[in-house]
Amino acid sequence: MTLPPRTLALPALLALAAPPLLAHGFAAGKIAISHPWTRETAATQVVGGGFMKITNNGKTADRLVSASSPNAREVQMHTMSMEGGVMKMRQLKDGIVIPAGQTVELKPGSLHVMFMGIKAPFKKGSKIPATLKFKQAGSVKVQFTVQAVGSTMPMEAGHAQH
Amino acid sequence: MPSIDPAPENPMAQLRKLLWIAVAVAVLLGGILYIGAERAGQRPAAQNGLNFGGPFTLTAADGSVLTDKTLAGKPYAIFFGFTRCPDVCPTTLSRMARLRKALGKDGDKFAIVFVSVDPDRDKPADIGEYVKLFETPIIAATGTDAQIAAIRKSYGIYVAKVPLDPADPKGDYTIDHTAGVFLMDAKGQLSSIIDHAEADEMAIAKLKRLIAES
Repeated sequence: MTLPPRTLALPALLALAAPPLLAHGFAAGKIAISHPWTRETAATQVVGGGFMKITNNGKTADRLVSASSPNAREVQMHTMSMEGGVMKMRQLKDGIVIPAGQTVELKPGSLHVMFMGIKAPFKKGSKIPATLKFKQAGSVKVQFTVQAVGSTMPMEAGHAQH
Repeated sequence: MPSIDPAPENPMAQLRKLLWIAVAVAVLLGGILYIGAERAGQRPAAQNGLNFGGPFTLTAADGSVLTDKTLAGKPYAIFFGFTRCPDVCPTTLSRMARLRKALGKDGDKFAIVFVSVDPDRDKPADIGEYVKLFETPIIAATGTDAQIAAIRKSYGIYVAKVPLDPADPKGDYTIDHTAGVFLMDAKGQLSSIIDHAEADEMAIAKLKRLIAES
């Protein structure tokens, strides 16, 4: 069954109406990044997933080609899927394409960046600096907000003005 | 000249309302049928004669031996994962913590068990620190390769090590693994399975039944 188009159009309109940069946003060229966030990690944990929304306001596709952070040995790009009850994660060595005029959401259960070999546990409330490198837009420095381990979305998105 | 449609809202709005009512009825019927079938005793594996679950020996986070007998007498929710799993494992374990909270005083009537499918990298101290993140008691276990292989077999857990870089098969790896939560009763028999994608309401109903049965 399909949803009436209006149901789908409404959130899209709301998204367009929102200011391009909220309290926690970053930009480089035509690329805007909103609410990068990650989860707190245990003392013995060496990886962590990072999530954010990447919007390409340009007329040509761009590509997130790499990411790095002083807090991790390496930052990879991954995709995650559930197939027949089995979780599968794969590295995206070619990066993540951000089509022209579109937003790609890195979120739990889907695309994410993965901090590999984290140097110290991510503490709730702290910020993890990272650099995202886009093929067209170049490099942009961002800060991932460390949220509670049970988080499934960025805190700021739910209540931007607090 | 743009024309003004006098009442564009009504037919669409009505259709939408009807569709939502249809969805609600379908969901309700599905739920009733499902619960009815489960009540009738159509348990996933136990009734099919499969030897689901059964004896196991593992190592707990404090280094002590953990077996099926250690857990017997109280129902438990058992989940298989690894500490380098950035998404489904923290999501599932924090969900179990949330469901436990939602059950109120019944929340401590079942144990939550986390078993590593990455025994080479997850040592007892690693899993112990990991489960502390979730701020609810979770029994964490790891073991030797043979012990983990044995429990995987008896619970039918699919596990595949996959190199993160296909060009470097000996390098860092991730693990494809079954992500359901198995609800085992006080006798160690499978009661039901909580699917990754299922709504909290259904999961809570399953947990309530698990507690009531045990």
